[in-house]
Amino acid sequence: MARRVSVQTRIGFTVLAWVIALLLFSPILWTVLTAFKTEAEAIASRPTFFPQNFTLENFGAVQERSDYFKHAINSILVSFGSTILGLIIAIPAAWSMAFAPSKRTKDILMWMLSTKMMPAVGVLIPIYLIFRDLRLLDTVHGLTLIMTLINLPIIIWMLYTYFKEIPVDILEAARMDGAELWNEITHVLVPMAVPGIASTLLLNVILAWNEAFWTITLTSGRAGTLTAFISSFSSPQGLFLAKLSAASLLAIAPILLLGWFSQKQLVRGLTFGAVK
Amino acid sequence: MGVGAAIGDTTLATKQTRALARTMMAPAVIVLFIWMIVPLVMTLWFSFQNYSLINPMMSGFAGWANYVYVIGDPSFTQSLINTLILVGGVLLITIVGGTFLALLLDQPIWGQGILRIIVISPFFVMPPVAALIWKNGFMHPGYGMLGHLWKFFGLQPVDWFNQYPLFSVIVIVAWQWLPFATLILLTALQSLSEEQREAAEMDGANAANRFRYIILPHMARAITIVILIQTIFLLGIFAEIRVTTGGGPGYASTNIALLVFRTGILSNDIGAGSAGGVVAVIIANVVAIFLMRAVGKNLDA
Repeated sequence: MARRVSVQTRIGFTVLAWVIALLLFSPILWTVLTAFKTEAEAIASRPTFFPQNFTLENFGAVQERSDYFKHAINSILVSFGSTILGLIIAIPAAWSMAFAPSKRTKDILMWMLSTKMMPAVGVLIPIYLIFRDLRLLDTVHGLTLIMTLINLPIIIWMLYTYFKEIPVDILEAARMDGAELWNEITHVLVPMAVPGIASTLLLNVILAWNEAFWTITLTSGRAGTLTAFISSFSSPQGLFLAKLSAASLLAIAPILLLGWFSQKQLVRGLTFGAVK
Repeated sequence: MGVGAAIGDTTLATKQTRALARTMMAPAVIVLFIWMIVPLVMTLWFSFQNYSLINPMMSGFAGWANYVYVIGDPSFTQSLINTLILVGGVLLITIVGGTFLALLLDQPIWGQGILRIIVISPFFVMPPVAALIWKNGFMHPGYGMLGHLWKFFGLQPVDWFNQYPLFSVIVIVAWQWLPFATLILLTALQSLSEEQREAAEMDGANAANRFRYIILPHMARAITIVILIQTIFLLGIFAEIRVTTGGGPGYASTNIALLVFRTGILSNDIGAGSAGGVVAVIIANVVAIFLMRAVGKNLDA
């Protein structure tokens, strides 16, 4: 952006923007710093900025208290499992809607979007009872199933908006060359669609990772994900502020990194292509 | 090969493609159809039943009794009002703040790329973490940062979650959603062409007028989208309340989502919980209709 402004103006805007940004970021920064403090330092009446006695003991204590790794593995299984399962169902659907649209395609897309509008509490009780009867409560596969269903409309929509941008001419050329439909998909469409599929995967892993309604209501000990892991810190026992920070840092760090890479896709995915 | 044969081949291919397209769409449509219909019908069914997990003697058709019980209870009115305040408060903060931040980040500033990343970060923090960081690190009267700040200015630290439970929840949720609003609005702002702005500047329009007549109309659509999408998510806010106040003190910070959870799952009253669920669905549907219209328009364009 090459607008002509004086250096003073530019400095002014820069300082203001950085101050506000750092204020917004301060809870995360505080968490990172506190995670490496001792409990005594964390609640000292004179707060310190940097850890005075840098320690890693909180991380060990968190692992011991709540088994971080078990929950992290559950989070990975559920978020990647549900996203991949969702992609398997969504890719053919999005492909056909983008390249062989019928009169009803638009209605179907809108209807799929409408399933996303249904508030989770509206179906919580039947799902809870079904899960109880099928012994799916507190299981990783049960949670994966729910996560697939709640994110499927977003996956289909994101893929659809990406597939729409693939020039149809290329597909037709392949068809003229006598490519079978399956070959058309695997050799022509997929390579061109890989960036879109990757973005969709990334955003949906983030959404599933941070999902906190179904993970809290449908799991307890065994299949708990990191959202359930961190919720177990809601009732403090003794000195725990530094441990809470360490646990928080462990829970958000992986997804924060992924999120930074995917911020552009986020706009597209969460606005269903309505803002570009 | 004649032209006629080629055309014949194409239509045949199209027919085949059509059939295949339907087959490929089937799994997604069927799965989503079941997901949408089965639990919803069950919720509706339960909402007209006497059904309690602790009292198996209670059974049979209940008529409107569950609705009368849920809606007639003062906790419902309060939860409904809380839900509206929560959604409204967060929308107000994120839209006004997001517009301001987007305008600021769109200025020629140093480190724009890094700033974007810093500003978007809270959105990637999972809800229970966000809630617990704020509750313990910032809003705790004893050792929270805000408490230290208050003491620094010689004030009595505030016990946020006891004195202002709903306001505290609004602050946390707004912190999570401000980045989202900012990012969407910034994206929309950056698609405003440089020519349009320069033309306005040439014409001697001052900053206020440029904002009022050029930028705001351009952003109107994105603002609408942000409002609608956030509303959908904000109606279902759950974890932030569950791990901080648990809905209390009393029902002071209970929203509809938490009320259904408390009634149905914690108190095991399936009938009444389901009636609450149906009410939540109706509220969400009203919002959804508007969002669908906005997104649907975009499909045509």
